Amino acid sequence: MSDSRTLADLKPGESGVVSTVGGEDALHRHLLDMGITPGVKVLLQKTAPMGDPVEIHLRGYALTLRLEDARKIGLA
Amino acid sequence: MRYTFALAGNQNSGKTTLFNQLTGSNQHVGNWPGVTVEQKTGTMLHHHHGSQTHIGLSWRGKREESKTGGVPEEDSDVTIVDLPGIYSLSPYSLEEIVSRNYIVRDKPDVVINIVDATNLERNLYLTLQLLQLGRPVVVALNMMDEVRSHGDAIDIKGLEKGLGVPVIAICARKGEGLDELVRRTMQVAERKQLPNKLDICGGAAHKALHAIQHLVEQPAMAHDIMPRYAATKLFEGDAPMLEELELSADTQHIIEEILSAMEREVGMERAAVMADTRYTFIEKLLSTCYTRGSAEGDTLTDRIDNVLTHPVLAIPVFLVMMLLVFYITFGPFGTWIADGFSALVDNGVDLLSGALTGWGVAGWVHDLLINGVFTGVGSVLSFLPTILILFLLLSILEDSGYMARAAFLMDRPLRKLGLNGRSFIPMMMGFGCTVPAVMSARSMNTQRDRRFTIMLTPFMSCGAKVPIYALFTRAFFPGNQVLVMSAFYLTGIVVAICAGLVLKRTVFHGDAAPFIMELPSYRLPAPANVARQMWDKAKDFLKRAFTVIFLATLVVWFLQSFTFSLAPAPDVAHSMLGVIAGFIAPIFRPAGFGSVEASTAVLTGVMAKESVVSTLAVLAGVDAESTQMLASLQSIFPSTLAAVSFLVFVLLYMPCVAAFAAMRREMESGHWAAGAVAAQTGLAWLLATLVFQVGRLLGLG
Repeated sequence: MSDSRTLADLKPGESGVVSTVGGEDALHRHLLDMGITPGVKVLLQKTAPMGDPVEIHLRGYALTLRLEDARKIGLA
Repeated sequence: MRYTFALAGNQNSGKTTLFNQLTGSNQHVGNWPGVTVEQKTGTMLHHHHGSQTHIGLSWRGKREESKTGGVPEEDSDVTIVDLPGIYSLSPYSLEEIVSRNYIVRDKPDVVINIVDATNLERNLYLTLQLLQLGRPVVVALNMMDEVRSHGDAIDIKGLEKGLGVPVIAICARKGEGLDELVRRTMQVAERKQLPNKLDICGGAAHKALHAIQHLVEQPAMAHDIMPRYAATKLFEGDAPMLEELELSADTQHIIEEILSAMEREVGMERAAVMADTRYTFIEKLLSTCYTRGSAEGDTLTDRIDNVLTHPVLAIPVFLVMMLLVFYITFGPFGTWIADGFSALVDNGVDLLSGALTGWGVAGWVHDLLINGVFTGVGSVLSFLPTILILFLLLSILEDSGYMARAAFLMDRPLRKLGLNGRSFIPMMMGFGCTVPAVMSARSMNTQRDRRFTIMLTPFMSCGAKVPIYALFTRAFFPGNQVLVMSAFYLTGIVVAICAGLVLKRTVFHGDAAPFIMELPSYRLPAPANVARQMWDKAKDFLKRAFTVIFLATLVVWFLQSFTFSLAPAPDVAHSMLGVIAGFIAPIFRPAGFGSVEASTAVLTGVMAKESVVSTLAVLAGVDAESTQMLASLQSIFPSTLAAVSFLVFVLLYMPCVAAFAAMRREMESGHWAAGAVAAQTGLAWLLATLVFQVGRLLGLG
C-alpha cells in the first residue's frame, strides 16, 4: 500500500479504493457524509476543462470536489 | 386533530416538488428563529385527507369532491414544515443543526423523509440518522417512474422491514402515490407509531456504542433526548451534544477511553467508523432489496455530460447558453415584453391622470399621485417582466441540473477571487440588471458566498447605464463610441476583480466553504415548479416595490417638487433636491465635476440610472435626444477628462434603490447592504478623483 497516492492522482476513467479520509472537522465529516468512506470504490469521471475541480462517481451518484480536497483522500 | 409533518430529505431529492404538491399555494416563507436559514411552512391541501387515490395530475380537479369524505375539514389542519435540503445531521452546517433541533425539540408528529429512489445508497444515509431522533418517520420513495424506466426494481416490503418504518412509492412530479403517502402518514400520526429499533452496527463499534448509551441514559432522558441518538452523536464526536448533556468530567473521560480503545481496535477514526457503519448497513440492505434491471452502461446523464462538460466543448457551450439567457432576457424579445408592459403601465397612469383631472382634484395632489406615486412605482414595475423571464430561464437551468455543471465549469477562475462556481450567474446577470442578478444569488449555499457575490455584482455595468454611456461618448468621443463603451465595461470587471481580491483578504477571509457538490442527474424541469419559482420571485419583488421603493420614490418626488419653504419649486434647480445637490457639489470638485447639474444627476441616479440622462436634460432645458444636448453636456463638463471622471463615478457608485432593496433582502442585513453601497460609492469617488487628478498631471485636462 503506497501512502502517497490520493484521489487527485487518478486520471480520468481510473478508479481507486479509498483508504483514508483527511480534512479538518467540517470538511472531514462532510466527505464521510457524502459517502467517501474507507473501502469505497471511486471512479474519477473527468476533470473540469480548466483542470480543477474533478467529477467523481461513487455509490451510484456523481460528486464534484476540488483537487485541493481530493488530495486529502488517500487511496489503497 | 391538528398535526405537524416535517419534510426532510437530500438536496435534489424532489423535496420542493413534494412540498408544493402537498401544500399548493398555502405557503408561508420566513426564517428559522435566530438564524438566517429560510423556513417554509404550508397547510396541507384538504383533499389529501380522504382515502381516494388519483393517478396523475387529475387529483387537483377532485379537490372539491374529496372534501365530502374523510376527516371533517375543521379537524384536519395539517401543517407541513419544509426542512432545509441536507445530506446528514452533522453539527457543522446551520441547515443541519436547524433540522435536527427542530425534529428533537419541536417534535413534529411525523417526519416525512423524501428519498431519491434512483440514488438510494446515499439518500438512505440521512434516513438512518432520522430514524434515531425518536419521532415517527415515513419514507417517501420518490422518482419511482425513473427507477421503473431504468428497468430496476425495488422490494418495498423488504425496505420497510429493513428500515422498520412505512415506505411509500411516489412520483412527486406526476402526483403519483401522494394520497397513499398522506393516508399512511396520517395513520402513523394517529398511532404515534415510532420506528422499530434498528441495530446497524456490529463488533467493536457496537460494543462501544452500547457502553456509551448505557453511560448517558440518565442525562439523555433528563434532557428529553433519545439515549441511542445521544450515544451515536457522542460516538461521532459531536460537540453540541456533549454540551447539551452536561456530562460530568468523569463520564466524558470514560467515553473518551471507550472511543479511543474502539478506534485502536477498528483502525479507523470515530466519525469514519460511524459513517462506514451506516453505509455498510445500507449496502447490505440494498443488496437484497434493489435489483438492477439493465446492465450498467452510460446513463443518459453521462451521455449529456459527454457534451456539456466536455474538455473542449464545455466552455463554448456554456458561453452560448449564458449568452442565450442574456439575449432572451435583455435582447429584443425581453425588451419587447418589457416595453409592452411599460406601455400598459403608462397607459394606466395616463388614464388615471385624465380621470383625476376630470374629478377636479387639486393640482399638487394630482402631481403627487401621478408624478410621485404612479410614475415611480410604474418605473419599478417595468422591471417585473425582465425578472419573470430571467427567473423562468434560471429555474429551468437549475431544475434540469445544468446549473450544478455551470458551477463545476466556472469554479476555478472564480475561486481565485475567493468565490466559487455558483457566483458566475449573478455576475453575468449583473450586466443586464442588478436587481434580478442580486436575487439570483439565493442559489448559493452559504451566506458568506451570497454576500460576497452580491457586493461585486453591481460593478457589472447594468443595462440602464447604456444610455448614459451612449450620450457621453457621442458628445466627447465621436467616432470611438464602441471602443470607449467597451473600456467602461472592462473597467467595471477589473474593479470587481480587484475588489474581490481585497475583500477575500479582509472582510471575507478565512471561512471559504469547500466546494463539494452533488452533480444531480439531468431531469426535465417540472413546469409547476418553474412557475412556482417565478411567482415567488415576482411576489418578493412586488412586495419591495410597494414598500422601500415606493417610499424612496415619494421622498425624491417631494425633494424635487418643493423648496425648503415648502412652496412648489419653479424648477429642479430651486427645489430641495437642487439645493442639496448644490451643497454636495463641492465634494465632487476634486473629481472634476463639481457642478450642481452633475450632482443632481448623481442624486436622481440613485432612484434609477435612467434618470441621470433625463435629469441632465431637464436641467439644461433641452431635449435629451437633441444636438443641443451635446453642447450643454460640454458646458456642464468643462473637459473630456471631467466627463470621463463622471462616467467612472456613475459606473461604480451605488446601484439604484430597487437594487439596494434587493441587496438588503438577499444579504439578510440592512447594515451589510448599506455598508456595501457606501463602500461602492466611496470607491467610485476615489477612482473618479484619481482619474481626474492623474489625468490633469498628465496634461489631459
